[in-house]
Amino acid sequence: MAKHETPLLDQLESGPWPSFVSDMKQEADARAKNEKNIEYQVAQDNIEDLLGVLELSYNDCTTHWKHGGIVGVFGYGGGVIGRYCDQPEKFPGVAHFHTLRVNQPSGHFYTTDYLKKLCDLWEFRGSGMTNMHGSTGDIIFLGTTTPQLEEVFYEMTHKLDQDLGGSGSNLRTPSDCIGEARCEFACYDTQDLCTHLTMEYQDELHRPAFPYKFKFKFDGCPNCCVASIARADLSFIGTWRDEIQIDQEAVQAYVNGEIKPNGGAHAGRDWGPFDIQKEVIDLCPTGCMKYENGKLEINNKECTRCMHCINVMPRALRPGKDKGCSILAGAKAPILDGAQMSSMLVPFIKVNKENEYAEIKELIENIWDWWMEEGKNRERLGELMKRQGFQKLLEVTGLDPDPRMVQEPRHNPYIFWKEEEVPGGWDRDINEFRKHHQR
Amino acid sequence: MAFVSSGYNPDKPMEDRITDIGPRNYEEFYPPVIKKNKGKWLYHEILEPGVLVHVSESGDEVYTVRVGTGRIMSVTHIREICEIADKYCDGYVRWTTRNNVEFMTDSKDKLQPLLDDLKGRKFDGGSLKFPIGGTGAGITNIIHTQGWIHCHTPATDASGTVKATLDEVFEDFQNMRLPAHLRISMACCLNMCGAVHCSDIAILGYHRKPPMVDHAYIDKMCEIPLAIAACPTAAIKPKKVELEDGTTVNSVEVNQSRCMFCGNCYTMCPALPLADKEGDGLVLMVGGKVSNRISAPKFSKVVVAFIPNETPRWPTLTQTIKKIVEAYANDARKYERLGEWAERIGWERFFEKCDLEFTHHLIDDFRDPAYYTWRQTTNFKF
Ligand code: HEM
Ligand code: HEM
Ligand code: HEM
Ligand code: SF4
Ligand code: SF4
Ligand code: SF4
Ligand code: SF4
Repeated sequence: MAKHETPLLDQLESGPWPSFVSDMKQEADARAKNEKNIEYQVAQDNIEDLLGVLELSYNDCTTHWKHGGIVGVFGYGGGVIGRYCDQPEKFPGVAHFHTLRVNQPSGHFYTTDYLKKLCDLWEFRGSGMTNMHGSTGDIIFLGTTTPQLEEVFYEMTHKLDQDLGGSGSNLRTPSDCIGEARCEFACYDTQDLCTHLTMEYQDELHRPAFPYKFKFKFDGCPNCCVASIARADLSFIGTWRDEIQIDQEAVQAYVNGEIKPNGGAHAGRDWGPFDIQKEVIDLCPTGCMKYENGKLEINNKECTRCMHCINVMPRALRPGKDKGCSILAGAKAPILDGAQMSSMLVPFIKVNKENEYAEIKELIENIWDWWMEEGKNRERLGELMKRQGFQKLLEVTGLDPDPRMVQEPRHNPYIFWKEEEVPGGWDRDINEFRKHHQR
Repeated sequence: MAFVSSGYNPDKPMEDRITDIGPRNYEEFYPPVIKKNKGKWLYHEILEPGVLVHVSESGDEVYTVRVGTGRIMSVTHIREICEIADKYCDGYVRWTTRNNVEFMTDSKDKLQPLLDDLKGRKFDGGSLKFPIGGTGAGITNIIHTQGWIHCHTPATDASGTVKATLDEVFEDFQNMRLPAHLRISMACCLNMCGAVHCSDIAILGYHRKPPMVDHAYIDKMCEIPLAIAACPTAAIKPKKVELEDGTTVNSVEVNQSRCMFCGNCYTMCPALPLADKEGDGLVLMVGGKVSNRISAPKFSKVVVAFIPNETPRWPTLTQTIKKIVEAYANDARKYERLGEWAERIGWERFFEKCDLEFTHHLIDDFRDPAYYTWRQTTNFKF
């Protein structure tokens, strides 16, 4: 017998899509039965209360969680989010219900052995509910009490060799696409760069010293499967600068209908036979391809590497061999001043494992120095870029201006010339001027 | 329920303390076939919806089965995923960016039994535990946020709107009939933890009433200057207020006509709550994308200014989404993303084809970017 009636939530148990309500109920049952005789460290019926408080929200269409109470683990300024229920008498099991962010392994690969250990820990010391994963990428442990925070952290670090992720005004947990691990389009090793920078910047991740949050995300190619261009202060997007590799025989196989275009992604509808002219050549945004006499030609100098042709014919076309990444800066969600996407900062850089990504780290640190010096409280990098200008960003990173950085040149001539750029400087003699110009 | 110590000593927090060790290294978690062929993959193919094969230059193959999840997940459910991965995948499993689970195996023989097993698993309430799909030109799982289950600022629920929407468009999770990928995202307030601002379809929680001021408590609960500074529209001013008992307190005044209902002040100061049953609801945005394919990444645009919170299944929301998906499926060209389609036919045509009303709320009036969304040409369609 459920502790609270949940007639509204119960209606979310039907339908084909996995029901989170059913899942919560099965966990509530498992805790009530406690077949393994676990000495639960937080309320055994906390999921009943979580369902109860959620049902209340479904009735009155408002939240019952409070913003309040600074909690965390000793020495860290992030990784734990304090959470309290505003109806603690009715739902004592979730009166204190803090969240931990657990830094996910890059690429989100797991062994079951490790996952089971995480589950054992969280069942014992927490609610047993998680998010797999948070939108930033962390494993999210949803709901425990203040005294358990240090205990969870101690067990995680001592027994699972596992640390917390970021929250607050610090480096947020970096995340990456699957990349080279299982994707033929990847132009650099996203997992390695993601992990390397996460490890390199542990201090920045755990101890808030920034004006606001800062995010890295790593996409192996311009398809942007982790949406780095929309969600990261620094977006690392794989690319190449030589020729797309062509296998002409495979092109023929596509043309002859022997291979399904786009890896079979359109198989759910009859779009008619594959037409290379219509589906590839004519859709190439730069018009740099042609198909004549059974041969595909690409004018690579004009190609902008949008991935379309490669996506359509992955067995015939592959990114070039001289690979690296583009680095774009400044994406953020709309708060406060409107959404921004990242803007091109470094059109091409080699992703150099051998020297532990020294050039990339130098760039990151130059940007951070500027932002920490000049950024206002709660000002994201993208906002600082708007306030002080892209030219300032070039100055602090020591990068040379490049037309690849802009969509088009400026629309106004209001150039803030610097004194040293103007021959003779700005110090002039008015008396000399007056010799030739009467008052 | 006795307290069981982990070994941590609160009197000496630094004793044996381990910090800054970061995540577990990804190498430990690669299945052998991935480790061996990393960086050597030649091509992939979607064998059927939700089932992929990747082929390496070594000749090795890896078969992947992608299944949807509710994202909120119990340890019981994770253990069930582990049980399946132990049985068919040598104890390895992964998650995707969009909260799907991927079971991988290096042999085709194991594929069919795995698929059969997954299809048979259901929750007691009747829904599928592991729906197979989410590949190719269709709809995959919905990125979303915390909602009423865990956050203090939501204007709607996240898990519930997502479940209701995915039930409505479920067929498109399992067949690949759309002109291109269609990504749906959900965020329950305009802080957008779900980063919904570049999605084909974005569901966004939105408040419509300015905050109330808890005069008697505000000076005790909050740093008033921080609440004032938090407001992006400078709608909050300090004010001395006389309470009913005659005492005068430091408080604030909200210039209600300037409020954009962002809840920033409430994040800073719990004495400024704004949640409200009639006030809160949803905004629907469409036409964003993050891929660079063919056209540049795009922001999503607001096409429905308000949909009420109709718990528990939000029928107006899900039917409106369905209507947009159908109009797109019927009219767009192969490879065309929703936003590319809308731009090609023109937004005036988009509203007509999707049978959506264009109201004054949909014309941007927020600061600089607004101007760039007005029409500076005489070219339009009747
Ligand atoms: C007192 C208990 C508090 C709790 C439990 C709490 C909780 C949270 C949570 C969960 C978030 C979002 C997670 C994140 O982005 O890190 C957040 C964000 C934020 N909170 Fe609080 N908060 C508290 C107090 C405060 C106070 C006193 C202030 C300001 C004086 C404040 C200012 C902010 C700001 C500015 C953000 C956005 C920061 C960001 O996204 O990194 N919070 N808070
Ligand atoms: C107290 C309420 C809040 C809760 C419970 C909350 C929760 C979360 C969670 C669980 C994540 C995913 C974290 C991860 O995977 O590491 C997240 C990400 C995020 N949060 Fe919040 N958050 C809150 C407040 C805020 C605020 C105040 C802001 C903005 C000012 C904010 C903006 C974001 C953004 C932009 C992301 C990242 C999205 C991405 O990486 O694509 N959140 N939040
Ligand atoms: C071999 C080709 C590709 C592979 C292996 C691949 C892999 C992936 C994976 C694993 C995900 C996460 C999926 C999920 O969570 O359900 C993903 C997401 C995504 N993919 Fe791809 N992808 C490929 C091609 C493409 C193409 C051709 C496009 C665009 C035309 C694309 C655009 C996206 C987008 C927009 C997302 C969602 C990003 C997000 O918001 O999480 N991908 N892709
Ligand atoms: S971003 Fe590119 S490399 Fe990464 S998974 Fe997507 S398609 Fe592959
Ligand atoms: S990658 Fe894009 S721009 Fe380059 S040839 Fe292919 S379709 Fe054209
Ligand atoms: S989107 Fe808003 S309401 Fe939803 S979890 Fe994030 S901050 Fe909370
Ligand atoms: S909700 Fe936002 S706009 Fe309105 S008063 Fe608060 S901070 Fe200002």
